[in-house]
Amino acid sequence: MDVILLQLLNGLDKGGAYALIALGLTLVFGTLGIVNFAHGVLFMLGAFCAVTFNKILQLGIEKPVADTGFGFTPPPEVMPYVKIWFGETWGDFIISSSVPLSILLTVPFMLLAGIVIERGLIRFFYKRTHAAQILVTFGLAIVLQEIVKHYYGANPIPQTAPDGFSGSVNIGAFLGISDTLVYPWWRLVYFGFAIIVISAVFAFLQFTTYGMVVRAGMNDRETVGLLGINIERRFTVVFGIAAVVAGLAGAMYTPTLPPDYRMGMDFLVLSFVVVVVGGMGSLSGAVLSGFLLGIMQSFTAVSSYALLVFPNASEEVRQGAFFKLLDFVDTWILFPGIDQIIIYLVAVFILLTLPRGLMGRAGVMED
Amino acid sequence: MSDNKLKIGRRSVLKTGALVGSALATPMFFSNIANAYTNEPKGKAVTLGFNVPQTGAYADEGADELRAFQLAVEHINGEGDGGMLNTFSSSELKGNGINGKKVEFVTGDTQTKSDAARASAKRMIEKDGAVMITGGSSSGVAIAVQGLCQEAGVIFMAGLTHSNDTTGKDRRANGFRHFFNTEMTGAALAPVLKNAFGEERRAYHLTADYTWGWSQEGSIEKYTKNFGWETVDAVRTPLGAGDFSQYITPILNSGADVLILNHYGKDMVNSLTQAVQFGLRDKQVNGKDFQIVVPLFSRLMAQGAGDAIKGIYGSTNWNWSLKDEGSKAFVKSFGSKYGFPPSQAAHTCYCQTILYADAAQRAGTFRPSELGAALEGFKFDGLGNGPMEYRASDHQCFKDVLVVQGKEKPDSKFDLLEVVEVTPRSQVEYDDKILGGELGPYNDGA
Repeated sequence: MDVILLQLLNGLDKGGAYALIALGLTLVFGTLGIVNFAHGVLFMLGAFCAVTFNKILQLGIEKPVADTGFGFTPPPEVMPYVKIWFGETWGDFIISSSVPLSILLTVPFMLLAGIVIERGLIRFFYKRTHAAQILVTFGLAIVLQEIVKHYYGANPIPQTAPDGFSGSVNIGAFLGISDTLVYPWWRLVYFGFAIIVISAVFAFLQFTTYGMVVRAGMNDRETVGLLGINIERRFTVVFGIAAVVAGLAGAMYTPTLPPDYRMGMDFLVLSFVVVVVGGMGSLSGAVLSGFLLGIMQSFTAVSSYALLVFPNASEEVRQGAFFKLLDFVDTWILFPGIDQIIIYLVAVFILLTLPRGLMGRAGVMED
Repeated sequence: MSDNKLKIGRRSVLKTGALVGSALATPMFFSNIANAYTNEPKGKAVTLGFNVPQTGAYADEGADELRAFQLAVEHINGEGDGGMLNTFSSSELKGNGINGKKVEFVTGDTQTKSDAARASAKRMIEKDGAVMITGGSSSGVAIAVQGLCQEAGVIFMAGLTHSNDTTGKDRRANGFRHFFNTEMTGAALAPVLKNAFGEERRAYHLTADYTWGWSQEGSIEKYTKNFGWETVDAVRTPLGAGDFSQYITPILNSGADVLILNHYGKDMVNSLTQAVQFGLRDKQVNGKDFQIVVPLFSRLMAQGAGDAIKGIYGSTNWNWSLKDEGSKAFVKSFGSKYGFPPSQAAHTCYCQTILYADAAQRAGTFRPSELGAALEGFKFDGLGNGPMEYRASDHQCFKDVLVVQGKEKPDSKFDLLEVVEVTPRSQVEYDDKILGGELGPYNDGA
């Protein structure tokens, strides 16, 4: 049981990242009709907002370092201003909380970046073919990647979770189920954060007048325009919101995966599959398939369920039907590396059986 | 009388001249073919090719390798403080380049991918005229580039490559490895693990899914089963996976009490950090404390993993805290230039460049077959790690192996590994036949 719950939790927190990226991707596609291959890079930019914020917090006064005794002097250490201003304890707390605090930088920066990208480049390609849109956004992605590489280097830059959230929590003991159901705090925080952001986006679209107009524009752009509403301006803001969602997903993911300039591309391909499986232009489809594919990936990473469910199986247990079923799954389904391709296999299956994806609407990308 | 007179006409002079000229030129022409080798340096400089991962999972190591190469070139050309040239047992290099030619270099990015590494090595050989290729931080890459160098007729001085196969089944006459291998790691590390964690352990392997990972997994299994360690499961993970959580969660309920992380570089940093985040080190299984082992360790990885490495055992080719004269000279030279100590990747690459230059100087040529012969069976000292030897039968360098442990209380941000045992060379030496493979003949190319 613990195995199943652990893999489920793992799939949910992985799926949270997929869902957040896919949500923005499908939002842009649903409103602007743009296939945005630069969306993964927005995730990466958000991660580097967290890195930058941490660097800002580390700014301070240089103090010389003692000789190592090995014949060279290392570069001077820095006493951060936050420690000077707020004292050692509070300074450490602020620096260790740099990832959640970086939201303060990520939100305005990503909103601005989204609006600049949309106004400065994307809007010129609204009426062009999807191939042209893919080429230009892919080009933009490469340019942005290289800029980040130039300033931050090619190596991953580890970020830490806040002090209270860097370890793990015994969920099993908390729920009174078992003692082995242990899960890292920050991953739980990330899952909760993903749920909150997704809910906020849905609430914005569902319960505000602004969101209602956007939804109306997604359904019938022309009619909304005829009503005298400047739908283009609203869609620009939607692009900015999508950028913020991707950026927040990236910033909060940094303690889980040290960011490097290529992380966006790794997630982009998966997120496109998530969007296609969910149904092009369907927000709820993107979220559903994000979690679904995350869970699929997690469950197929297990190399042997028979071993995990029955670690010390007796001969009697081995002869049982359940053990044999698990053994069959281990032997014939869980071949090494299947977790890397399961998402694509599921995508093929879904598209063969449900060509519009899980929750796709008629008429989207069917012309 | 007039009939017997020798007639010398213009045509006969031309014919005779052409014949004599051809006859005289023929031996020279053939001897030039016989003497030619790929990228024979003709001018006042010789070009070396430094092929390192500047991007990808092993980019940290690659950056440090490049620093070491630049330092080695400076020292060979007589610049800087001379570094380990001052302690090297061979005194052939005089600080005026190699064989009187100034050393220049070109660089390439392997991207930690075999095809990209081969492409950049090919470019350096064919376009830049590199007479030797060195560097790299992945065994997959090393084996691929070694094969290319064998075909092209240039020497390959492997960088950081730890798989047995590099000087085992995939060994090539034109390839030489200074770095140790997984067989040596297994032989050195296993006795320390037995003393630290006891017998009858149940191990779970997470293994990078390429030649080095498989080789490392096999060696640890081979040497630990002698004292009753059994393998519960060995799971292959893709190189550069990033998030290893889906592979770590099954370990929690597998019944294993030791996790062997056959990962390196960024992968090891991520997998170890995540394993600690999942509370593995706080667990008790089978009445024993759960332990994590990282068979191949480096200071760079330790820096990336932070507190997670404390108390973790592993092995390393070299560590900057060694007190021998060679290591001290290298650390001082590298540290003064860059402000931090060198990694084991930097050390092996520096050594390889010096060893190549010295062999070329002793051979008096850059021809692979003659230079290689100068390296085969070469015994030397003063480059860290004590006395060493390049074994002739497989071109593997043999030396003492360091078993290290993550320091609980580091004195500085660089002082992260503690050498807990120096395993003597005799304990890690093996018969080259057990790994298979044949060197084959040298290829001088051209």
